[in-house]
Amino acid sequence: MVRIDFNRLRFLVIDDNAHMRRILRTLLHGFGTREVHEAEDGATGLEAFTHFMPDIVITDWAMPIFDGLELAQMIRQPGANSNPYVAIIMLTGHSEKRRVVAARDAGVTEFLAKPISAKGLYQRIVNVVANPRPFVKTRTYFGPDRRRNANTNYVGPERRKGGKADLIKQTPLLDKVKALG
Amino acid sequence: MAPPKDTAAVATYGDHEVIVPENKLRKAVTTKPYDPGEDDPVARAEMALAELSTEFAAWMSSECERLDQARQSVAAKGLSKTTIEVLFHAAHDIKGEAATFGFPAVAAAADSLCRLIEHTPDPNRIPLTLVDQHVDSVRAIYREYTRSDASEMATLLTRRLREVTDEFLISENRDRPETIEQIVGGPPTAPE
Repeated sequence: MVRIDFNRLRFLVIDDNAHMRRILRTLLHGFGTREVHEAEDGATGLEAFTHFMPDIVITDWAMPIFDGLELAQMIRQPGANSNPYVAIIMLTGHSEKRRVVAARDAGVTEFLAKPISAKGLYQRIVNVVANPRPFVKTRTYFGPDRRRNANTNYVGPERRKGGKADLIKQTPLLDKVKALG
Repeated sequence: MAPPKDTAAVATYGDHEVIVPENKLRKAVTTKPYDPGEDDPVARAEMALAELSTEFAAWMSSECERLDQARQSVAAKGLSKTTIEVLFHAAHDIKGEAATFGFPAVAAAADSLCRLIEHTPDPNRIPLTLVDQHVDSVRAIYREYTRSDASEMATLLTRRLREVTDEFLISENRDRPETIEQIVGGPPTAPE
């Protein structure tokens, strides 16, 4: 049975709304996490990200100074900070498809639409911990592989060039652990 | 046997690289079974949230107050980038929090106000009366939440708000078919 030892994970919660930060902290402590750092805007969040080196960043979208989308783009700069591969979960009241696509294209790892639930947050965390995706770097994108599944029904040209790269095979850690256990 | 350590690997292809970064989160994956009497983490978190819920009504009240102040600021200073942003943020927070705070029927009116602000191409043309009607509705639905007919009242109010807002937005976006598609194609804000 695969479990997550939340006590070994360090979280950074970035949200300008104090009530939402309190709710997130309560849920994370409930899961068993001890280390939860908070920031109330994108700029403070980026500073806290550099200082605390979190394992997982949970960020709101709409925030003052710079928003969650800009924050994700700043984190996903190879060589510009200590961990451009950090897992980013975007928690937001925006749920329209174009917003989800914009978040994905900014390098967000998981998207969670409000209203928040313990189950929804837990599932996103389990996914980023136990099922990490490889990163793809192109001229215009750096972030988790946006192809979560090989779509056998896809009709159209292959946009990635380079033979083997047409299909990136990956074994989720979840499966590796299951195979061992 | 211990699982193999995940190490970084980079594969270069025609126009992109595939990077498997060192898996720093592996440390948190365990196959250790639950200890006797240990709760499911989701149930534990839900219980912690239930304990916190005694504060939710006061939080909802303060969010409604914040929305009202944002509306008053718009009335006093006019529709500027700053006053509109503050109003949008206040409405957007209520949209996202209302259900968690135990007032799900409040969310739809707040969402309608977000749509009004977000989809009006020239913010100076947002009718202040319509802003007032949205803010008053959000506050009224919250204030009257314990009434037996609260749900019907909320549905009625938000449906009418949505109709008036859609009518205005369609007129304002008559030269933007893609925006109109987003407006009319959006999910209903009030349950049928």
